[in-house]
Amino acid sequence: MRLLANKIFLGLSVLSAVIGLAFLAWILITLFIKGLGSFHFSLFLNDLIDGGLRNLIIGQFILAGLAAAIGIPLGMAAGIYIQEYGKGRYADLIRDLSDIMMSAPSIVIGAFVYAVIVVPTGGTSGFAGAIALAIMMIPVVINTTDNMLSLVPRELREAGIALGASKYRVILDIVIKAAKVGIMTGILLAFARIIGETAPLLFTSETSNYFSLDLTESFPSLTVSIYDLANEPEESSRDLAWAASFILTVLVLIINLTGRFITRNKD
Amino acid sequence: MEKIFQKLAISSATLVFVILVGIFLTLFSAAKPAIDEFGFDFITNPDWNKEVSVQNPNAEITEGDMSNESIDEDNDMMLDEDDMMIEDEDDSLSKTIYGGLVPIVGTLLTTLIALAFALPIAMGIAVFLAEIAPKNISHIVGIAIELLAAIPSIIFGMWGLYYFAPIIADLVGGYQVSLLTAGLVLGVMILPFMAAITRDSMNTTPGVLKESAYALGATKFEVIKDIIFPYSKTGIIGSIILALGRALGETMAVAFLIGSIFVLPTAINSPTISIPVAMANNFGEASGLGESALFYLALILFVISFAVISIAKFYFLKKAN
Repeated sequence: MRLLANKIFLGLSVLSAVIGLAFLAWILITLFIKGLGSFHFSLFLNDLIDGGLRNLIIGQFILAGLAAAIGIPLGMAAGIYIQEYGKGRYADLIRDLSDIMMSAPSIVIGAFVYAVIVVPTGGTSGFAGAIALAIMMIPVVINTTDNMLSLVPRELREAGIALGASKYRVILDIVIKAAKVGIMTGILLAFARIIGETAPLLFTSETSNYFSLDLTESFPSLTVSIYDLANEPEESSRDLAWAASFILTVLVLIINLTGRFITRNKD
Repeated sequence: MEKIFQKLAISSATLVFVILVGIFLTLFSAAKPAIDEFGFDFITNPDWNKEVSVQNPNAEITEGDMSNESIDEDNDMMLDEDDMMIEDEDDSLSKTIYGGLVPIVGTLLTTLIALAFALPIAMGIAVFLAEIAPKNISHIVGIAIELLAAIPSIIFGMWGLYYFAPIIADLVGGYQVSLLTAGLVLGVMILPFMAAITRDSMNTTPGVLKESAYALGATKFEVIKDIIFPYSKTGIIGSIILALGRALGETMAVAFLIGSIFVLPTAINSPTISIPVAMANNFGEASGLGESALFYLALILFVISFAVISIAKFYFLKKAN
């Protein structure tokens, strides 16, 4: 009886893992079939207005790249503060708030940026979209930096100080170097997450059918356009949405796996 | 230089505080007109964008009523703008009222369905990863599950709408876009997240405890049930609540599947709307009181998820460590 209960339980557990993997396979196979079915190399050469995706892919990279350019230094600096400078309650408070911010609904962040940037500047813009994504990225970078720096042995810091280096030199030249790989992994995972975000961009950057590098106007976004295209009645729009989804997922998974690969190589 | 660096670090840290407080204050001030107008009745009022005459608040003007039930979102918003103009010109006759009950109920119910669906499977996966699978298989399956978590939510939405929902609708009946299908797809989304943190909690059980139980002749099931679960209970509860917080604010996957109409669901397979979806679909076109009401919804969502996440992180997960 006990052994039977054990077998049933183990069987159910394996079944759950199979269900989880089946969902992943189902989604990936769907994307592969539908996406490759409408995939064509010319998608990379034409803009959305001509039935391609070039402007959207470049736009999404610019939005996420700019968000990373804002979010990484701020997040790392805040993480360094929490781990290296902060003592006691204030550092703990910031760590807790950052944890909460990490799980804040992305659409609410979009609404916040809409109210503080889009409304005062008179319209949606690439800048607003990038800032919304940066706000999503900062807490993740803080969390990684905080965790990775905490793994660096105390002796390394003491050795640096003993050699007469100032504290910020020790942090930049020794501590960060020692934690480099872990931080890079965290940053790549965070980048993979924000490049696939839609909700914070809906009313901040919106999207555009044309190629644009002008960050002061509505900016082409792959994810927002997927949402628009998928909701259109024409079959051709939906096919394009599938092709775009396929490209987006491949990008996200490649970035994600690259991040995991560098940590693994180090071990 | 040292001073400058330190200042930069502390300012960046303070920025987190500023942004979080900023979000709260901004949402509050943008929601203020709606809060003043509707008060806390907003939460219990099921009518969204409904025209009522001012002399007799119970008399409904059919035009507004039609826009209220119109399924086509774009059409809905066009009517809304027309209504606003009528309101401006003819202030004494009618006004538009907004109530948040439908999206609030929709948000809570989809989250509940997602939780009910994801919980047993996520626990099974966590047990599989932490206790059953050999190390290398556990590693590979673990990465696969985390990849599922990395897939953008809009992909879940499209897959859910075109491939998952038709099957569910065939099985259960009713609409393809409904509370049920939205909740289930949401469940698939939070599944890997919940499984991963539950596994981490289970892994904190000291090996000595497990080995003693095995030495006494306990089966794997008994070790998991009587040793690991009790030991990592608070951590597991924390991860469930954290996943719940995620589900509350999820927009894109739900937007494809919930149907996006401001009508209280009569059954589990009928369409309705959630707070994030109400914002995603109506924000761009809304103005005046309508926009303020959306901010009111955003504020409610922010406060709920703030509370849920705080409870998970600071009560359960802190205690677990």
